[in-house]
Amino acid sequence: MTDDDDRVFKALADPTRRFLLDLLFARDGRTLTDLEAGLAMTRFGVMKHLRVLEEAGLVVTRKSGREKLHFLNPVPIRLIHDRWIDKYTERHVSALADLKAELEEPS
Amino acid sequence: MTTTTTETAVITQVYRVYIKATQQAVWDAIVKPDWAARYGYGGTVEYDLRPGGPYLVRSSDEMKAAGVAGGFPVPEVAVDGEVIEADPPRRLVQSWRMLLDPDVAAEGFTRLTYEIEEVPGSGTKLTVTHEVTNAPKVAAMLIGGEEGGGGGGGWSWILSDLKSLLETGAGLRG
Repeated sequence: MTDDDDRVFKALADPTRRFLLDLLFARDGRTLTDLEAGLAMTRFGVMKHLRVLEEAGLVVTRKSGREKLHFLNPVPIRLIHDRWIDKYTERHVSALADLKAELEEPS
Repeated sequence: MTTTTTETAVITQVYRVYIKATQQAVWDAIVKPDWAARYGYGGTVEYDLRPGGPYLVRSSDEMKAAGVAGGFPVPEVAVDGEVIEADPPRRLVQSWRMLLDPDVAAEGFTRLTYEIEEVPGSGTKLTVTHEVTNAPKVAAMLIGGEEGGGGGGGWSWILSDLKSLLETGAGLRG
């Protein structure tokens, strides 16, 4: 499923798209109009970003009456986590992350 | 953040995963006890696949052991509900209530829909839609918010595990 992983990494490699995911994380099931309101960007621009997110499987849309609602689908991120992140973050790497968190914690 | 509309709106969580397996294999993994025990939270699933038919998950030995270790009672039935619509191997709609935690159980029944579609060339598309209106504790659990506290990783984790099991023959725990 390398193609799928590529699409997810590419979709995540953009600050606007990450911001859109954060908006949906805060409140799920939003319309384009609603999402657009949080961004200084044209409707067309937001649509393009949403399409990339949808193609990567990170956003799933549902019709509700006349509205199209956008939902965050966290499963592809989980799959990448289970495939790529877990493997490298166990043991000593997580110890380093703990150390970093401890050192950076404001006292 | 606007919170005025969330009081009345239906709160829905949507999860989707593509699995290299047949529609029937995905259906079986959801409704058949031998399969369902091998991924996610485990337990023994019982379905009466007719509208109004009961659904339940009996607590696994692992869940009971966790209860003994943590000093809290683990009920015999971990999850219960009722089948609303069953169209094998395509669509299953049911009610769903988690009974392991009294606070979560008190939020009552939620509505859960499984949609299983064949996608030419890439296997099967499984979409899980869970309506959690007025059930904030259930919602937090399902997004994996309790993972650090031992509550498991919610639907993302369950579906990742299911995909791994059906595609490789082994779940994430090996």
